[in-house]
Amino acid sequence: MVTYALFGVLALVVLAPIAVALSASPNATGFVYGACLIVALILFLLALHILLEYPAASTVTLPLGLPWLGAHFRIDPLSAFFLTVINLGAAAASLFALGYGRHEEAPQRVLPFFPAYLAAMNLVVLADDAFSFLVSWEFMSLTSWALVIANHRVDENRRAAYIYLLMASFGTLALLFAFGLMAGADGHYAFDAIRAAHPAVGTAALVLILALVGAGSKAGLVPLHAWLPLAHPAAPSHVSALMSGVMTKVAVYGFIRIAFDLLGPPQWWWSLVVLALGGATAVMGVLYALMQRDLKRVLAYSTIENIGLIFASLGLALAFKAYGMELAAALALTAALLHVFNHSLFKSLLFFGAGSVLTATGTRDMEALGGLIHRMPQTAFVFLIGCTAISALPPLNGFVSEWLTFQAILLSPQLPSWGLKLMVPAVGALLALSAALAAACFVRAFGMTFLGRPRSPAASTAQETDTNSLAAMYALAAACLIAGILPGIFIDALAPVVQALTGGQMPVQTGVEWMSIVPIAESRSSYNGLLVFAFMAVTGMVTAFAIHRLASDKIRRGPAWGCGYPDASPLTQYSASSFAQPIRRVFGSLVFRAREIGEMPPPGSSAPARLTVQLRDLIWDTLYAPIGIAVGVIAERLNYLQFLTIRSYLTLVFAALVILLLVLAIWP
Amino acid sequence: MIRDFALQGLTLQGAQMLLVLLMAPLLTGFVRKVKARLLSRQGPPLLQPYRDLIRLLRKDVVLANNASWLFRVIPYLVFAATWVAASLVPTFRSGLLFSWTADLIAIIAVLGSARFFLALAGLDAGTSFGGIGSSREVMIASLAEPAMLMIVFAIALIAGSTQLSTMAAFMNSAEVGLRVSLGLALIALVIVAVAENARIPVDNPATHLELTMVHEAMVLEYSGRHLALIELAASLKLLLYVSLIACLFAPWGLENAGISPAVVAAAPLLIGAAAYVGKLAVLGFLLAVFETAIAKMRVFRVPEFLGAALMLALLATLLRFVSRSF
Amino acid sequence: MQGITFDIAHMLAGSLVLVSFMQLYQDRLSALLNIFALHALVLAMSVAYQAFVQDAPHLYITALIALVFKAIVIPVALRRIVVKLGIHREIENVFGVGLAMLFGIGLVALSMVVMLRVTSAADPLAREDLAFALSVVLLGLLMMVTRRNAVSLVIGFMSLENGLVLAATGAKGMPLVVEISVAFSVLIAFIVIGIFLFRIRERFDTVDMQAMDRFRGEQR
Repeated sequence: MVTYALFGVLALVVLAPIAVALSASPNATGFVYGACLIVALILFLLALHILLEYPAASTVTLPLGLPWLGAHFRIDPLSAFFLTVINLGAAAASLFALGYGRHEEAPQRVLPFFPAYLAAMNLVVLADDAFSFLVSWEFMSLTSWALVIANHRVDENRRAAYIYLLMASFGTLALLFAFGLMAGADGHYAFDAIRAAHPAVGTAALVLILALVGAGSKAGLVPLHAWLPLAHPAAPSHVSALMSGVMTKVAVYGFIRIAFDLLGPPQWWWSLVVLALGGATAVMGVLYALMQRDLKRVLAYSTIENIGLIFASLGLALAFKAYGMELAAALALTAALLHVFNHSLFKSLLFFGAGSVLTATGTRDMEALGGLIHRMPQTAFVFLIGCTAISALPPLNGFVSEWLTFQAILLSPQLPSWGLKLMVPAVGALLALSAALAAACFVRAFGMTFLGRPRSPAASTAQETDTNSLAAMYALAAACLIAGILPGIFIDALAPVVQALTGGQMPVQTGVEWMSIVPIAESRSSYNGLLVFAFMAVTGMVTAFAIHRLASDKIRRGPAWGCGYPDASPLTQYSASSFAQPIRRVFGSLVFRAREIGEMPPPGSSAPARLTVQLRDLIWDTLYAPIGIAVGVIAERLNYLQFLTIRSYLTLVFAALVILLLVLAIWP
Repeated sequence: MIRDFALQGLTLQGAQMLLVLLMAPLLTGFVRKVKARLLSRQGPPLLQPYRDLIRLLRKDVVLANNASWLFRVIPYLVFAATWVAASLVPTFRSGLLFSWTADLIAIIAVLGSARFFLALAGLDAGTSFGGIGSSREVMIASLAEPAMLMIVFAIALIAGSTQLSTMAAFMNSAEVGLRVSLGLALIALVIVAVAENARIPVDNPATHLELTMVHEAMVLEYSGRHLALIELAASLKLLLYVSLIACLFAPWGLENAGISPAVVAAAPLLIGAAAYVGKLAVLGFLLAVFETAIAKMRVFRVPEFLGAALMLALLATLLRFVSRSF
Repeated sequence: MQGITFDIAHMLAGSLVLVSFMQLYQDRLSALLNIFALHALVLAMSVAYQAFVQDAPHLYITALIALVFKAIVIPVALRRIVVKLGIHREIENVFGVGLAMLFGIGLVALSMVVMLRVTSAADPLAREDLAFALSVVLLGLLMMVTRRNAVSLVIGFMSLENGLVLAATGAKGMPLVVEISVAFSVLIAFIVIGIFLFRIRERFDTVDMQAMDRFRGEQR
């Protein structure tokens, strides 16, 4: 099985040089994205097939990489699941790009890297030894970096790419150390060997922290998230969708692979760290999102929030697993994985929508948009579905995974540890807060972009996007709805993954009457998305029909009520900043040290009043800025090393060599 | 036999849906009447809300020039979501046919959907009033929803379930006793209910000054049948919260059929219905007294009020661990 | 000690924690005084109930002391001081109510973890009583650090002391002498602080603690 998958990856890798060769041709875009679409679809179907039919792992070793090791590849249920997520996202992005890619200014800077990036993400999930894993991981980082810098003429993008490169290298370094520790002094880099060897408690803890830093920095865990909201929006929109919707999931895969599979039985207190980080990430991410004006940056920050939710569920699963509560661990892990899948759907959809808005209007600034629902009704419709789904509202899919997480949280009193007993409900409160704030955030995102009156000429003359883009968005929206109303199928599909990682699995859902989902027992909790959807649809339509037939169906148009001031300028509408003002005032004064400075002109003066809002990014100021300054100072100090004579350089090299040899000699 | 069960179940479920729909305006009218009497006014007749609704239904809709298709769909969505949510809360009998469609968390989330769309509607016409309403509404919701979920946690951790029928059965049993957690959860639930239904002191349902309104500012552009649906949805939501409090904290008289439909007897049904009406009257009266006795808060005092509810609910969850079963 | 007996004791002790939180929430002095009276009243009820349950008549005296002094005499006296000083509507808080409450929740969780872990062998009633009592003590301390008005400091101190009494009554066999001496020490503390308040006020024209720091030449 794994061989077929590798052939697919090979096809993607081969596509990259072809794209370079073709880049002069006008048909290159269509060819490359079309080919990517086909390969991704095949890989998706293959992965789905493996996930559903073959719970046993299949492996292959290729004579590549380190000579004594070779390159091991393997497909087990976990990697099969992540392969489906990756390739579904990749297929959607390729389809979207068939239309969107035509607006690309410099396609030769995107086309070669796109298939390579897809191949890299697939390889990470397929890798079965530390060496191939790290090489693929770094390959993924570099190709995505190249895509981030595709539009390199914008200063902001260059800065984003620079910070991304730094953080990505840092994350890989952490993972390198993690694998080094797990492999031990003898260097058993194949995952099989690592799995068999159980490291000491202290080592395992260190590995977990390193894995959290390495995978967390790629996924966007607070406080390692700084690069994400810069880099994701900078890339072309279909790549943003992949980075936010899929690449963060590859990072989650890395963490799951290490923490649940390779590292052996977990300690209970690991979960404390993961839970706390997850909860904090969820709330911080959505609060940042609420403060942004840039539509794509809102989406990027909301990715951070969702990653927080996923990590909180993973932490819960770790806690249950540590105490041998298999059923509960299975529930929590299912919630996490289902959210991985769901988030990849609606985040891709939302980024596609943002991309369509960007091509139609030329701006991502929500304060210059508005009223697009009239100009782009179809985009508005699918974007609305995405917003509803990501706000965790029934009957769409975001709610299902959130609901499962809450159900898992409600099992926490059975945990023996007091710290966890009290902490898990508190994390639950954080998640609930972040869910409510996410709804606020997406009311704002949708309302400012699509509703109201246009705030700029570009917004008032926008055109609906092309069919390919719309097809991709409709497909994802449909998937969101299906996963929302028939979640049982998806939960059952996850069963082999969960079984392999926790030793337990949730009750089979497909046999339940009326297609409900019942995590534990029916008297305890159940949810039926299908019935909720059907009830709402039927009652809504019956009401509409009845009222239109029996009462009145007349409509008149008139000006909106403006307190007696007719024809107010569109600028008098609520803007993105003013919409966020109450929340900024409640949460921002603490989290962002938000300050509002109002300047009122004296009475009688016709000068405009001004309101300035100051926000401080405390994480950047306290964590990143000092490091940046320190690096600068050190670089300044070492500057003189640039102007030495050849002889001094040779001395330095020689001294380094001798010192290393000395260390080796002294080493026991 | 099985078909009989199904038929009975469907009938009861249908009866519940109709009951909440018909009772909701009555409860609103009752609260208004009591409030008026407490202020020594005559007040509108009890049936006035029905007349208002019928009058509104007959009128033409005047849409703002800029209103989109979404603006016209939203009243139906909001109404449908609220109605579905309200008919899933046990009123006269628990364990109805579709009661397992959604547990309490899902019911709250369905209401969240309704609010999400209503807030969007406020932004659609492109006026400042809609914006002010929406932005304040989401601010209030961003605190009320987590508080509500923590309340659910607190009660569910005690009752061992988030299924309303099971919870009601547990609260009706002798196992409950007096628990601090439940007391705290009740206070928090009342605060959340007040905020969610835009009642004084959080919002004033009867205000006519745009700048002080939250919910009313959001729906300012609605008229005719759309407004009727939104008002009916607001009444349903009030009824839902009152039923919720009654079902969780005063489950007496609620016939408990568990999860599976049992044989339906007439007597317990009648008792249940009578008890339900009585509970509505008592709680509605208390709401009116509370609203008359208190002044509306400044908008930025509301977060503290709701924050207190959140804290109480969190405290209830924590205190649960020092209660009897441990 | 099961069933309803436990529930009532639990309820009363829990209410004491709740009233402590109400104190944290309330930032006006006169309302704060009312809540303090309520705090003492709940304490008196709790102690009286303990007296009834444990069949320990001397605890009734403790309850009476709490009722008379803390629920009536001291609040009335403090109210007079506050009115005399003209600060009954003063709003004062070092940091926001929300943050203080959040911190308070954390303290309650902490005291629960600590108490329930170390007393796992003890009688369940004493266990939860001790956990609640520690919470009340910590919340009183929290109030003392978050308020800048000297009167609120006094109230914080007294509610802290209420927590101590709760702990003492929950643990069986605490001699009466200890309780009475504690009660008297508080009374004396109150008198001393009351006198000092007036002296401070006479000299500096304020009871704001920050102002006093300035007079001492400290920078904050």
